[in-house]
Amino acid sequence: MSSSNDTNSGLIQVKYNDQIVRMFTLATIFWATIAFLVGIIIALQMAVPQLNLTGWLTFGRLRPLHTNAALFAFAGNAIFAGIYHSTQRLLKTRLFSDGLSKLHFWGWQFIIVLAVITLPLGISQGKEYAELEWPIDISIVLIWVVFAINFFGTLLRRNERHLYVAIWFYIATIVTVALLYIVNAICIPVGLFQSYIVYAGIQDALIQWWYGHNAVAFFLTTPFLGLMYYYLPKASNRPVYSYRLSVVHFWSLIFMYIWAGPHHLLNTALPGWLQILATVFSVMLWAPSWGGAVNGILTLRGAWHLLRTDPIIKFFVAAITFYAMATFEGPLLSIKAVNSLGHYTDWIVGHVHLGTLGWNGFLTFGMLYFIVPKLWNTELYSKKMANIHLWIGILGILFYYVSMLAAGITQGLMWRAVDANGQLVYPDFVETVIRIIPLFLFRALGGVLFLAGYVLLLYNVYKTIKQAPKELVEETVQVRISSSTPIHPERGHRKLEGMAAAFTILALIAILVGSIIEIAPTLSINKYVKTENKVEPFTPLELAGRDIYVKEGCYTCHSQMIRTIQSDVLRYGAASTIEESMYDRPFQWGSKRTGPDLARLGKKYPDLWHYMHMEDPRAVIKESIMPAYPWLITSKIDFDSLQKKVSLFNKLGVPYSDEDLSDANNRAKEQAKKIADVLKSQGVKEDVSDKKITALIAYLQALGQKGGE
Amino acid sequence: MTILYVIIPIAIMLASFFVFFFLWAVKTEQFDDLETPAHKMLIDDWNDKPKKVKI
Repeated sequence: MSSSNDTNSGLIQVKYNDQIVRMFTLATIFWATIAFLVGIIIALQMAVPQLNLTGWLTFGRLRPLHTNAALFAFAGNAIFAGIYHSTQRLLKTRLFSDGLSKLHFWGWQFIIVLAVITLPLGISQGKEYAELEWPIDISIVLIWVVFAINFFGTLLRRNERHLYVAIWFYIATIVTVALLYIVNAICIPVGLFQSYIVYAGIQDALIQWWYGHNAVAFFLTTPFLGLMYYYLPKASNRPVYSYRLSVVHFWSLIFMYIWAGPHHLLNTALPGWLQILATVFSVMLWAPSWGGAVNGILTLRGAWHLLRTDPIIKFFVAAITFYAMATFEGPLLSIKAVNSLGHYTDWIVGHVHLGTLGWNGFLTFGMLYFIVPKLWNTELYSKKMANIHLWIGILGILFYYVSMLAAGITQGLMWRAVDANGQLVYPDFVETVIRIIPLFLFRALGGVLFLAGYVLLLYNVYKTIKQAPKELVEETVQVRISSSTPIHPERGHRKLEGMAAAFTILALIAILVGSIIEIAPTLSINKYVKTENKVEPFTPLELAGRDIYVKEGCYTCHSQMIRTIQSDVLRYGAASTIEESMYDRPFQWGSKRTGPDLARLGKKYPDLWHYMHMEDPRAVIKESIMPAYPWLITSKIDFDSLQKKVSLFNKLGVPYSDEDLSDANNRAKEQAKKIADVLKSQGVKEDVSDKKITALIAYLQALGQKGGE
Repeated sequence: MTILYVIIPIAIMLASFFVFFFLWAVKTEQFDDLETPAHKMLIDDWNDKPKKVKI
C-alpha cells in the first residue's frame, strides 16, 4: 500500500536464504532426539541404579549431556532456524551473508559434537548448564559472534523501516546471551581439558545463578517469545492481540529478568538483602510473563475454531499455556517459605520441564509443523498424526510434571518432618528416597510418552520431505524501492546529535565500569567474610579428589550447603557459612539433593566405608540409588598436574604453605600413602596409594573439616 | 561478595544498553504506530522501504 504517486519507484526481487533454515530445521529435529533419549536414560537410572553401566554412561556425566543437548542443541538450533526464517520475512531481505550462515551452522554442529564427546568422558567445568570446557567455550562465543554479525548485518540492510516485535526479542537474546556466557565462563586453563573458574565460593555461586537464571530468561524465554510473536499470528492469520502490550511486556521483561538470579540461592549463606531483592524481582516478573502469555492466547480471539481443526495452533496454545503455568510457578517458588520446601527436590526438576517440554518443546513442534511444509514446497503429510503427537505429548508432560511435583513435595515434607521431641522423623536420607522411586518410574514413563509423540513428528516430517518436489523453489518477494523524500529530512543531523550523546554516555559507563573493577580489589577486605573464621585450604591430594568429584558430576545429586532452616540444621549440622566455601572453584552448593548434603561429610564415616561405598553403594546402604564407581579403584591419580594447580590457586589468593607450593606432588603422595595404609589395615587387598579412590576419600573426609563455621 | 563490584556494573551496562536501545527505538519512531505492525507482518509482500533505511 505504498503511495502510488512515487514517480520513479521500482521493484526489486529479494530471494530468501531458505537453505540455511532447512539445515537448522533438520539439525533441531536430529538433536532433539538425542536430548530426549538421554533424558529418558538418566530418568531410568534414578529408579534403577544398575543402569549406570560404565563410567561414561553414569548419571553424573550424562545429566550434563542431557541439559546441554536440550539447551544448546535442541533449543539452540530451533532458535536459529526460527530466527533466520522469520527475520528474512519480517525485514524483507535476504540474510546478510550466505558464508557466515554456513559457518554458523557447521560451527554450531561441531560444538555440539564436541560436547557429546567430552561430557561423557568427564571433561567438565562443573558449572550447571555451562559444563563445557574452555576450548569449547571459546568456540561457542566465536560462533555466537558470527551469528550476531549475520543477524545485525541483515538488520542493517532491511527493506522495512519498522522492526516487528519479534525482532526486539531476538536482539535482546543475542546481546544478553553473549554477555552472560562470557562472564560466567571466565577461567584459567591448566591444560587442554581442564580449567578453574576465576570466581570462588559465594562469588561463583552468584555469577553461576545469574547466568543460570538468565539462560532460562534469554535462551528459553525471549527468543521463543519472539518466535511466538511471529509464528502464532502467521499460522492463525490473525494480528497479535495487542501490539502495544507486546512492546510494554518486552521492555519490562528484559529489565526485570537480570536481577532475579539469586532466587536460586534462597535460605543459603547468601546475604539476606540479596535474597529479598531476588524474591521481589521474581514476584514482579509475574506481570510481564503473563503479559506475553495473555497476548499470545488472545491473539486467537474470534478464531477459536482453529483450535479444533489446526494442530499447529493447538501446539502453540498448549505451549503458551505451559509457559503461563511455569511462569506462575516460578515466582511462587521464589518466595522463601515455598522455596525452603521445594528447593533441592524434584519439584524444581518438574518446574523446569514444564517450561522446556511444554513451552520450548511444543512451541518448536508447532513451528516445525508450520515451516517444514513451507520450506519443502509441499503440504504436511498427516495432520492426524500431528494431532496424536499433541495429545501423547501433553499426556507425557502431565505424567512428568505431576509425578515430579508429588515427589518433590513428598520428599520436602519428609526432610522437614519432626516428632514431638524435635527429632527428625526420617533421619536416614535413603528413607525419603525409597518413598519417591515409584514416582521416578512415572516420570520416566512421561518421558517415554513425550518421545513417542516426537517419533510421530519424525515420521511425519520424513514423509513430508519425501513427497516434496525435487527442485525446491526459494521464496522470493517483490520489494518496492521508493524514492519519495524521507519523512523527516532533518533526521540526518539529529541522528548525529543523538549518536554523539549516546556515545558520550556509553563511554562514561565504560569508564565507570573499568574504574569499579580496578578499585574492587582494594575494597576486597570483604565485610561478609569474617576474618576470625580462618579456613584451611584443601591439601594437594584433597584438591585432586575434588577435581574427581567435579568431573564425575557429583554436584548433580549432592549439595554442599546447609541452609539456614531448621530441618537442614537438624539433619546436617550448623548452617554453612560463606567462609567455608571461600576457596571453592567452582562452588559446590548444588541445586538438587538426590543424595544427602555433603557439606559436613568429613569424619562421619571411616575411610573403608567410603571405599566400599564408592565401589558399590548398595554394599553399605541397601536401598541406595547412587551409581557405583569401580573405576576409581583402578585408575590413577594425576599427581603431575598438582604442582601447577596449587600454584595457580595460590596466585588466586588461596593461602597454601611454602611446603605445599614447593612440593605439592610429593606431599600428595605422602597423604595418599597414609590413607592407603589405613585401608590396607582394614582389609583392602590392593595397594590404592596412587588410585583416584584415595584422592576422593581424602576430599570427602576433608569436607566441613577446614574451619570457618 | 566482591563479585558484586563486577556483577552490578555488568548488569547496569546491560540495562543501559537496553535503555539506549529503547531510546533509539522511540527516536526512530518504532513505536509511533502501535496498530499497523501487527497487521503488516501478516502480508508477505508489503514493505515500506524508505530511500535509506534509518539505523
